[in-house]
Amino acid sequence: MARWFAMCLLLAMLPQTVSADEANVQGFDNLAEEQRYRELISELRCPKCQNQNIADSNAPISKDMRDAVYLMMQDGASDDAIVGALVDRFGEFVRYNPEVDRRTFLLWATPAITVGIGLLVVGGIVIRSRRRGEQGASLTSEEQARVSRLLAGEDRNSHS
Amino acid sequence: MKRLFLFLPVILVIVLGVVLFAGIGKDPNRLESALIGKPVPAFNLSDLADAERQLDGEVFRGEVSLLNVWGTWCPACRDEHDDLLWLAEDKGVRIIGLNYKDNREDALVWLERLGDPYAVTLYDPRGTLGFDLGVYGAPETYVIDPEGIVRHRHVGVVNEKVWKEDLEPLVTRYREGA
Repeated sequence: MARWFAMCLLLAMLPQTVSADEANVQGFDNLAEEQRYRELISELRCPKCQNQNIADSNAPISKDMRDAVYLMMQDGASDDAIVGALVDRFGEFVRYNPEVDRRTFLLWATPAITVGIGLLVVGGIVIRSRRRGEQGASLTSEEQARVSRLLAGEDRNSHS
Repeated sequence: MKRLFLFLPVILVIVLGVVLFAGIGKDPNRLESALIGKPVPAFNLSDLADAERQLDGEVFRGEVSLLNVWGTWCPACRDEHDDLLWLAEDKGVRIIGLNYKDNREDALVWLERLGDPYAVTLYDPRGTLGFDLGVYGAPETYVIDPEGIVRHRHVGVVNEKVWKEDLEPLVTRYREGA
């Protein structure tokens, strides 16, 4: 019962999580265009209130940027052209999804480099322990004979 | 060699510490302008003082200028106003104003009451030039060379310290170059 009540409470809270741009929904010819608009404004970053995208941000500059995206879409600009136009003005900073170039190379390559180092370390440990295992297995004939004696229980009293 | 490996975590932690420490105190809100080294975007705006007079990129020609973005709605602009007056009057710096998302009457009253440090003020009520410049918060101040090329952007209030450390060296350099 309590769980059911909690669920209802959560559901009731859901509609409050609308983003700022809901307040000024633009007119679109079709659903696909509106979807495209939403995707574009969600992957552009607000230069004023950093760590918010321009869809979520209430800053005046974010509104200007949303309007610019809308107007460029109406002019038939491609996604790349729209993002490019904003990058030309506000810098690479506004992209949440920066292009791979010399500056961002390390940013993009770090996960792969980290995994690579991890694999090397694990590989090294495995190879080393295997090598050690092989060494441990090779006994001289004298030792082998002692092992057999020990296992047979004959050696039990010889050292005591 | 093996013993060296044992110290690897310590070395890593120290390096990480140094990197993170270097970031402390840096203001992440200051972004470098995307327009550094590029000309001021083309514009056609009216003179704040004279609605009939149209201004374009030619206002930057021939002399180093500071382009100061301001508005009467911006408290920090009031804060830096006296320093701008000081720069214009005592230092002889040419300052072009960009009245950004404001209205003409308020702006003119402001300049009359507080003094006018601007050689000329562009009136940009809709923020079009501001948008093309990538202005994301007034006040912002740009150093524009005599060719009309953007050389530097300062976001935030201009005061004596900012002038001495950031703006003056550039203004002097491009003055000499001209």
